[in-house]
Amino acid sequence: MHKINLIPYNSFVLPFIVGSVIMLIICLWKYIKWIKMFSPEQRSVLRKNWLSWKIFPAVWEMIREGLLHFRIFRRNVVLGIMHQAYAFGWFLLIVVGAMESMTAVRSLNQDNNARFAMELVENGEWFAYSNDDASSVELLKEQPDNVKLHYKRPLHLAIFYRYFVHSTPPQFKNAHVYSHLMDGLLLYVFLGLTLAIVKMLYSRIMGMRSTTKHTIIDRFSKFALWMIFPLRFLAESVTASLYGNGGFCTMAVAGLFDPVIVKGMELSLWTFYSVVLAIFFVTLPFTRYMHIFTELLLIYFRRIGMTETEHKTGYSMFQLNACSRCGICIDGCPLNSIPGHKVQAVYLIRAIRMQDRASVIRTMTSDCLMCGQCAIACPVQIDITALRKIQRNKGVIDTKGNYSYLQSMRSPFNAVGRVAYFGGCMSHLTPGIVSSMEKIFNAAGVKYWHMDKEAGICCGRPLSQQGFFNQASELREKNSELIKQSEATMLVTSCPICYQSFVKEYNLDIPVVHHTEFIDNLISEGKLRVNRSQLRTAYHDPCELGRGMGVYDPPRRVLAAVSMPQKVKMERENSICCGFNLGNTVLGLGDQTKVRNAAVKNLTQSGAETIVTACPMCKKAFLHNNRQSVRDIAEIVADNII
Amino acid sequence: MTTVAIVGAGVAGIEAASVLAAHGVKVKLFEKEASVLGNLRSKAFLFPNFQASDQIVDSLTAKLLVDGIETITAMEIVDIKHTSDGWHLSDNKNHDYLADAVLVSTGYKVFDAARKEELGYGIYKGVITSLDMEAMIKADKLVNAVNATPRKIAFLQCVGSRDEKVGNHYCSKVCCVTAVKQAIEVKKRLPQCEVTIFYMDLRMWGQGFEEMYRTAQEQYKINFVRGRISEAAATFDGRIQLKSEDTLLGLPLKMTTDLLVLMVGMEPSEGTVNLGKKCSICGDYGFIQSTNPHLSDNTTAIDGLFVAGTAKRPMTVQDCVNDGRSAALAILSRIDTTGNLGAE
Repeated sequence: MHKINLIPYNSFVLPFIVGSVIMLIICLWKYIKWIKMFSPEQRSVLRKNWLSWKIFPAVWEMIREGLLHFRIFRRNVVLGIMHQAYAFGWFLLIVVGAMESMTAVRSLNQDNNARFAMELVENGEWFAYSNDDASSVELLKEQPDNVKLHYKRPLHLAIFYRYFVHSTPPQFKNAHVYSHLMDGLLLYVFLGLTLAIVKMLYSRIMGMRSTTKHTIIDRFSKFALWMIFPLRFLAESVTASLYGNGGFCTMAVAGLFDPVIVKGMELSLWTFYSVVLAIFFVTLPFTRYMHIFTELLLIYFRRIGMTETEHKTGYSMFQLNACSRCGICIDGCPLNSIPGHKVQAVYLIRAIRMQDRASVIRTMTSDCLMCGQCAIACPVQIDITALRKIQRNKGVIDTKGNYSYLQSMRSPFNAVGRVAYFGGCMSHLTPGIVSSMEKIFNAAGVKYWHMDKEAGICCGRPLSQQGFFNQASELREKNSELIKQSEATMLVTSCPICYQSFVKEYNLDIPVVHHTEFIDNLISEGKLRVNRSQLRTAYHDPCELGRGMGVYDPPRRVLAAVSMPQKVKMERENSICCGFNLGNTVLGLGDQTKVRNAAVKNLTQSGAETIVTACPMCKKAFLHNNRQSVRDIAEIVADNII
Repeated sequence: MTTVAIVGAGVAGIEAASVLAAHGVKVKLFEKEASVLGNLRSKAFLFPNFQASDQIVDSLTAKLLVDGIETITAMEIVDIKHTSDGWHLSDNKNHDYLADAVLVSTGYKVFDAARKEELGYGIYKGVITSLDMEAMIKADKLVNAVNATPRKIAFLQCVGSRDEKVGNHYCSKVCCVTAVKQAIEVKKRLPQCEVTIFYMDLRMWGQGFEEMYRTAQEQYKINFVRGRISEAAATFDGRIQLKSEDTLLGLPLKMTTDLLVLMVGMEPSEGTVNLGKKCSICGDYGFIQSTNPHLSDNTTAIDGLFVAGTAKRPMTVQDCVNDGRSAALAILSRIDTTGNLGAE
């Protein structure tokens, strides 16, 4: 028995092979570099959890979001179909194509049919070689019964299967099922392509008012991507017209071709197909398409418990590269409709990733309200706010004793066992909220300590939002010390900015609640009895309370107990920022006002007489306007106490 | 006979009506309130000569008692339209009035101090507006939040004026001298009361204003502090604690006072804003735009539609009297010898 190896080859597969190898090397090199950049905390998370039970939800999310794209479906069904058809369709093409070539090779090996092998060698482009000295082709011809055939299955066989296998291997039972299935999958991908072209022309039908303005290289890569499947289809159709080896769709198109005329085009079409694949693969690590693999890794790292720190780490690199620049974040951005603010998450992430000029990045970084709309919209769930804060990090700055006053602050002796009430700096400018809270505490018989009545210390969040992390931590330390000394049992705050800070940035050992939650509890426990007035109200979800802390229902319950809440169009996580968020200190008053007016319009359309919010910042923003009545939820409650 | 409709029976409207009537023009004077001169009546004494405003009210109302002026009160004109037979003025109840020309003198309203919530108006009884202070002076009864005689009073200038945040970039022009006037009135009644005025700039632009300011300092020992008040809070005994900065000393300042008087600025009245929009003669901030501030300050972009008084911009009583007369003259010069408003 002579062992003969058979391998398909034509030089047109070279671009494909070289392209894929380059892509793999670059991606691996990048991933290793980023993993090395992990912070100590991230490393320990990786060491501890890399093979824990957490990988099961991680894998499920990879399937759900990396292949099926549920989150995009939730945003818009057509948009979901578009991306799923492309991603999942291509994935299936690879999987089914690999199965097809695997099954074909297995049946060929089992069959051990020298005559068929001879046909592949003579009419196709398979090369026979053996380790013996004897010529393989002669052996096939002369001793067909004395050979052991061994068909190789190189990477490119699945990709260019129809070119190399013209007639069905005799023992390949379900060959036609595969060819029809492959055609069906190609059609599925075409659906995605068609929708992508439609989206380019009329993105509105997919629920996107604005789309990303892409760079040249992204457009070039996208063009290569769009060419891949039409070229594959044409090449397969031409081959099918010559050899009749296609599925239902390629055969139908093949019928339109004259085999004599298209014969000369076959090789060029397969070559083009290979070249565009290569172009796409080589450009992938440098374009938006890097998200394809990176998103899966990001999901894994996130699921095993990794988070951002105050500095740029390997995890930030994975986050930055997982952005597909889909532009879904653009529409929700309150600054999008105002000219001169191309600062949306997609552009900032691109600028950081592409290492744009420092001044450009700085402008983009600081000009953001930090309202969190983009983070909610992001189908990859990139922690954009954290990325922006890292970019804002001012490092260590000499405060020149600005905080020396902290030393003299003491908590009073009579706070023990009481509820600590922290109005917050902003509440000093909205005394109506504070006096209403005092009224509520007294009506419900709650003994409280007004922590910042005379002089208080800022919670630190406005500083940390601007990247002054060190200064913020000085304030946090002193506030923590005061609260601990006071032996208060609970912390109630009127300002969602402080609330988010106390919950997320402090490490207090007493419960922290926002006044909406506190009042909600008082009412449900029967400690506070209220009237339901006939006032028609529209509730504005403050960014920091809603998207920031997920507190949506307590204020709604409270408002329903004291007034007639009206249905607001953009509410809960879609609520529009009031425009005066402390996240942005560079936005001019004129533009702040434009954002504010959009929010006001949304609220007043509901037919409400009074806008109700739960944040002193939002309240002040709306008050500046003067076109309608604005109250804090605590004020409405205080008015309706029985 | 030519008929001119005047919307708004304030100082400018009444003065214009009286001049027009004296020249044989028939005047229909509309006032949405039950009585004329509402804003002027709310004042006690007028700067710079401390004349009682009631005297001015009496003189002006006397001018309405002549033939040719028909004063229609409690009648709010909500729309003005021009057709081939002249100007149609209509109110909410579908009354329709015809006139050959219309003078809009719908005036101002004061800024709603509750919009500056940090100053505590409407929340603390000790925080009042300049209008409340004027009423107390007029009633000759100055009291604090607990109805006792105030020992300390602070005035804050520029509430709702020169304020980017509330959208009013303009200076209301009359508040600086009004605060000085009120502070002097307070000191005349309560010489022991300590009075402080917080200001950004003191604009003593009119005749006699600078002298009033000097008298306030030298004779009445009124304190002037350059700085804004950032926040106000009530103390347990109903007094008001202020936080401010003395920007001349560059130091933060805390003060407890019995009364905080907010010098509220002037904004266009609802009627001014409404008619300005309806007739497309709206200018900045909702005030009505005249053709030219130098030479044709009483005409508007619409022929036959004239404007006078604080419907255009903040003005003093003096300004309004002059502007009313000037508007009457502008209307008269548009009326030809046949007594009709000809084509221009």
